[in-house]
Amino acid sequence: MRPGAANIVQFENVGLRYGSGGETLSDLSFGLAAGAFYFLTGPSGAGKSSLLRLIYLAQRPSRGLIRMFGEDVVTLARARIPGFRRRIGTVFQDFRLIPHLSAYENIALPLRVNGVAEADIDTPVREMLEWVGLSGRAHAKPATLSGGEQQRVAIARAVIGRPEILVADEPTGNVDPDMAGRLLYLFEALNKLGTTIVVATHDLHLISRVHHAQTIKLDGGRLSEPVGPAGGAR
Amino acid sequence: MALFGTGSGNWLTSAAGRRLLPEGWLSGPMPWVIAIMMFLMVLAAAAGLALGFAARGLDAHLSGQVTVQIVDANQARRDSAADRIVGAVGKIAGVTAVHRISDNEMTELLRPWLGAGLADNDLPVPAMIDVTFAPGAAQAQRDAQATVLAISPRARIDDHAQWLAPLAGLIGSLRWLAAVLVLLMAAAAAFTVVLAARAALNTHQATIDVMHHLGSTDAQIAQLFQRRIAIDALFGGAVGLLLASLVIFAVGDRIADVGSDLLGSVDLPLTAWGVLVLLPLAGTVLAMVAARMTIILALRRRL
Repeated sequence: MRPGAANIVQFENVGLRYGSGGETLSDLSFGLAAGAFYFLTGPSGAGKSSLLRLIYLAQRPSRGLIRMFGEDVVTLARARIPGFRRRIGTVFQDFRLIPHLSAYENIALPLRVNGVAEADIDTPVREMLEWVGLSGRAHAKPATLSGGEQQRVAIARAVIGRPEILVADEPTGNVDPDMAGRLLYLFEALNKLGTTIVVATHDLHLISRVHHAQTIKLDGGRLSEPVGPAGGAR
Repeated sequence: MALFGTGSGNWLTSAAGRRLLPEGWLSGPMPWVIAIMMFLMVLAAAAGLALGFAARGLDAHLSGQVTVQIVDANQARRDSAADRIVGAVGKIAGVTAVHRISDNEMTELLRPWLGAGLADNDLPVPAMIDVTFAPGAAQAQRDAQATVLAISPRARIDDHAQWLAPLAGLIGSLRWLAAVLVLLMAAAAAFTVVLAARAALNTHQATIDVMHHLGSTDAQIAQLFQRRIAIDALFGGAVGLLLASLVIFAVGDRIADVGSDLLGSVDLPLTAWGVLVLLPLAGTVLAMVAARMTIILALRRRL
């Protein structure tokens, strides 16, 4: 964590249990600094996706405290959750693009949800399409896009609202190394604009490419070592 | 929370918003179920309204009226008593009209049962006198009765309101029955909408999840479904109203053919048609409210 940086996310003794089973996540205590870049690593079943679900507010923890943007989100009133979610960009492992909408409309969706006037939507959406290299596929439906193109649409949709934190679950899992490098470049560019990035990945090569990144290493639902520089993951 | 959405949420009802739920309108059975419900609802409402207007007409026409019947085989005595009663009752305060039914009118009244030759045979026919009282003139009715009996102790006095009371009671019951039927149909239509909204939620679960993750409020998501359900309900309501109107016109023609005064009083004035036309609109609003509540309650169970 960068010294002196304010934590945008703070976990304290957080545990997560699905139904009556054992805890998927246990005793997680760490902070994510605003504007920092994190890789979330660990073996399959370590709880990476569950941890991300807590961060993008798809799940409340079974115990513990989570503070985001300075507020306790565990007891946050349900009516306030949409406002918090608009400050979080999420790239899902399975993209979750709306299949009957074009790439353009999928990317425009967060702006529309956020109440941006129709007249102010076209420019940022076209800029974003250009940013992810899909200007020529604006009107293509997800089914006609390749995995890498779908991934880029998902990323464009996640970042167009200029979220304060971007959460990406295995964003390079479906793309070739070249495309993975390009996606990582997009994340770094966004990070330079001040967005906190959290990327869950198994790809150690990817981790090694972001020198200022830190790692959150999970094993068996617990932090296997303190959050620290990405070098510790190698 | 605005039912129709306001401000920046208007995109939900724009072409971009409509594309979020790709199924075309009228794609399911709901509009046709609502059409059937509305057809029955309009018929029940029309029956209730027509009976209401008929009851009002009967009340205005018959309350405060009595018919005096003088039965005497001797025509001279019968006519004399009738003339004296007409004269005496006409002077009572509160009596607005006294009318002796003429021989020609009696012949016409009895023709269906006794044939056209009534005037030529010796069959004794009672003298009939219609007496009309001012509204609320109960004392005048009592005075008239005393006067009639003083002149002709064997005279019969038929109070129209009294013999029509069972009919008025029946009409009142039928009106309540019609109202209950309308309410039951409205409830059934609302339940249909609830089922359709739940089915639509399941069908579009993936889209709703994405919308939620992007920060959509429950109201925004509900608005997406409301619009479609409103269109379906309006279409179904219009079809139901149209079909029911055709039936009402057809039944009206049949009633006119019967030629009965009593049945002829069952009519639908313009105000009643206004109420019937409002039913599909009310049904549409009901469908929107039912859809919104169903969807918002279902979404509240999720994070």
